[in-house]
Amino acid sequence: MNLTLKIWRQKDRQTRGEFVTCQARDIIPDMSFLEMLDVVNEDLMKAGHEAFAFDSDCREGICGTCSLVINGIPHGGQKGTTACQLHMRHFHDGQTITVEPWRAQAFPVLRDLVVDRSAFDRIIASGGFVSVNTGGAPDGNAIPISKVDADRAMDAAACIGCGACVAACKNASAMLFVAAKISHLGLLPQGQTERYQRVVKMVDTMDHEGFGACSVTGACEAVCPKQISLDFIGQLNRDYLRGSLKP
Amino acid sequence: MKLDARIPSGPLDKKWEKCLLEMKLVNPANKRKFEVIVVGTGLAGASAAASMAELGYGVKSFCFQESPRRAHSIAAQGGINAAKNYQNDGDSVDRLFYDTIKGGDFRAREANVYRLAQTSVKIIDQCVAQGVPFAREYGGLLANRSFGGAQVSRTFYARGQTGQQLLMGAYQALERQIGLGNVTMYPRTEMLDLVLVDGHAKGIVVRNLVTGEVSSHSADAVILATGGYGNVFYLSTNAVRCNVTAIWRAYKRGALMANPCYTQIHPTCIPVSGDHQSKLTLMSESLRNDGRIWVPKQPGDKRPSAQIPENERDYFLERKYPTYGNLAPRDISSRAAKEACDDGRGVGPGGLGVYLDFSDAIKRLGESKIRERYDNLFVMYERITGENAYKVPMRIYPAVHYTMGGLWVDYHLMSNIPGLFVLGEANFSDHGANRLGASALMQGLADGYFVAPYTVGNYFASNSVSRPATNHPEFTKVQEEVKQRTQKLLSIRGKRTPASFHRELGKLMWNNCGMARTDASLQLNLEKIPELREEFWKNVTVTGENNSLNQSLEEAGRVADFLEFGELTSRDALERKESCGCHFRTEFQTPEGEAQRDDANFAYVAAWEYRGENQAPVLHKEPLVYDELKMSQRSYK
Ligand SMILES: Cc1cc2nc3c(=O)[nH]c(=O)nc-3n(C[C@H](O)[C@H](O)[C@H](O)COP(=O)(O)OP(=O)(O)OC[C@H]3O[C@@H](n4cnc5c(N)ncnc54)[C@H](O)[C@@H]3O)c2cc1C
Ligand code: FES
Repeated sequence: MNLTLKIWRQKDRQTRGEFVTCQARDIIPDMSFLEMLDVVNEDLMKAGHEAFAFDSDCREGICGTCSLVINGIPHGGQKGTTACQLHMRHFHDGQTITVEPWRAQAFPVLRDLVVDRSAFDRIIASGGFVSVNTGGAPDGNAIPISKVDADRAMDAAACIGCGACVAACKNASAMLFVAAKISHLGLLPQGQTERYQRVVKMVDTMDHEGFGACSVTGACEAVCPKQISLDFIGQLNRDYLRGSLKP
Repeated sequence: MKLDARIPSGPLDKKWEKCLLEMKLVNPANKRKFEVIVVGTGLAGASAAASMAELGYGVKSFCFQESPRRAHSIAAQGGINAAKNYQNDGDSVDRLFYDTIKGGDFRAREANVYRLAQTSVKIIDQCVAQGVPFAREYGGLLANRSFGGAQVSRTFYARGQTGQQLLMGAYQALERQIGLGNVTMYPRTEMLDLVLVDGHAKGIVVRNLVTGEVSSHSADAVILATGGYGNVFYLSTNAVRCNVTAIWRAYKRGALMANPCYTQIHPTCIPVSGDHQSKLTLMSESLRNDGRIWVPKQPGDKRPSAQIPENERDYFLERKYPTYGNLAPRDISSRAAKEACDDGRGVGPGGLGVYLDFSDAIKRLGESKIRERYDNLFVMYERITGENAYKVPMRIYPAVHYTMGGLWVDYHLMSNIPGLFVLGEANFSDHGANRLGASALMQGLADGYFVAPYTVGNYFASNSVSRPATNHPEFTKVQEEVKQRTQKLLSIRGKRTPASFHRELGKLMWNNCGMARTDASLQLNLEKIPELREEFWKNVTVTGENNSLNQSLEEAGRVADFLEFGELTSRDALERKESCGCHFRTEFQTPEGEAQRDDANFAYVAAWEYRGENQAPVLHKEPLVYDELKMSQRSYK
């Protein structure tokens, strides 16, 4: 099939970007969206033009690197699917597709479709961990953990940190991302000691990094490729309240 | 050159203890004076960087991804082994050791493997303490599953996302140290060369992938934890940007490259669907716990699977290897699938596939149980192929997955260049000619949490050489070479894209140095790869500029290195005139078609030394001595 793409071009962080139009020819339905972009890029390069920069690595929906807004929806709107796992069989011949980067103040565009999400790393560095050094850990079975809690913690821990939640939110809030980490660690006995300090530090860093406030519209949950539940935000709010009241 | 593996004397089970006791320690007050560079933030690199920072050393950590959390380790699905014997099924350190040596077809070092098995138990404890949400039983204890090549249940897992969860544990530990100011993190930064001063590794030259700036970093030691080179085959289950560059540059500065021909082909991947494909997707080996592998008995049988009656199906693994059945080791399972397809009994488009069928398991356990165990894999399969594997069997085919070869290291995980340590998949150490499932994560974390922090400290304490400044002439020289090479790539302005060269190289590697290799096919590679390389340097097109984010430039640099590395891999495979583990030379097989080792002549580690442009590399041999186990023909029957 043949498609028309309207893709975001931007030289660097400082320069203003714009949409440019180009053609994707001879696309096979079995291709992934990124493989389609590979074809477009190779055609451009063969003609001596510069390829569009876009980020990807695992191409199986787990590393969280790919970050495209496709037709206005982060990752393209297939339920529970990252852009790298979105296949061209969901598009039709002759279709026009817009492709743009995540848009959020805290995620500046570095070039074309590539953004800088290091703000997420800084949020984790401020408290998203259990403070144990290597060595001296007790036996793995020393503290039994109920299967229900372990499963629930895993539901939250499944977050891949792609930032689609931020890109989908009208306030560019990072609440779902932070809530997932707070809940993952807060549901496990290992995470209890630092539970309330953690939430306060992470939320403060989130605000400081320029992410907006959460108004619980659920846009984040709808686009999350790992279908992280909005309920975790409730958990975060409860922990935050308690954490900020503690002396 | 004499290769000294520095294996401690004494009984096998006391070697590591003895080594630890004999190691020199750095006075706590002096630790902060030492700096270490860690390249790579996968399981091996992140765990090493965090642990060394916790000890008080200064750490600089590098990765080419935008965040350390995105390293390729994140993609590991199935699990991590440990000799905990929580299932009371007879597991022990000795058994894990034995399984690993046997699985590796007696081409790994006994002492290293024993230490790995000993360390495995501590890894699980550490990860649990970090908050890794491993699967649990209803009673609250840790759950296990079995993996290929083992008859005990010793694999710990977190749904189908074990690598992700383990990496998050290591990444969070690393971020904690970054937050505390003990680690300086350099993401989107690619190491492009290694710098030696007076024969010791003292730093690296890197390119900032956003600005294009080339700069130098010096340290008291350099750790490479840069992952595997499976993408020399172009198509593999690795992340698309995995590459050989870091270890290849170290090789060209004098580090020995060991056993590059040992590459693992994983039996359970989604078959190739066309030339457009950029990568192959693994379906975790854990599926073989419940799925049965079969092909039609009749060649050319094109009926849909449901119409092929039971007695016309060949469950070839169960037939050939009744003891292990569908859980036979990877090399054996992959070859058996290839043979079935070579017989004309393959299924799906092009006949390059075999069935992995869950209908019996669904009948026995119910669909909900299977869903609970593997749903994310079934969903992924459907996303890619458009087929529902609860209704029709999956189709799978072998694909390149893991590389056992890598830089040569001794028992301390130090290469032959003093001060250059190599961890994780990037080294050659523990898996011999074939790695068992769920053992790479174990090795990466063992290296990073529990080996390197001690052995690097010992190196610091035993060497009083000082850290050079980055304006030292050696740094200036190497930095200049890196810049020139980048300039060269940009100046060719040819007609072919880097990817087109990569695809062509991949085909040569897969056809001639893949699952079955012959003298003739390898000779062909030694002829074709240099030709392709020559064309590359005349005809590659790299668009864009140097001083900005330029992915075509990054890719071209990596492909250029693969084009050299592929030749060495083929040479190594040619030189090893025996079959062992994943290295299957058609000329050397038993009457039953199994790998035929030649222990009298090939029980060694092949370590290659670079001798300069257009010069043949020199082969050094580290003999493999088995004190504990008797070398025997592997049998999984
Ligand atoms: C799909 C898949 C599933 C797997 N499942 C399992 C499993 O279930 N169990 C198991 O035990 N093993 C599994 N493996 C194998 C295992 O995941 C890997 O062997 C292991 O994660 C490698 O870890 P590592 O730390 O050595 O390297 P990686 O995780 O590959 O990390 C490499 C790091 O080095 C950096 N790097 C590389 N080159 C440079 C450079 N030039 N400059 C700067 N940085 C650089 C990268 O940025 C990255 O941070 C699987 C592998 C694949 C492909
Ligand atoms: S490229 Fe890894 S999630 Fe898309």
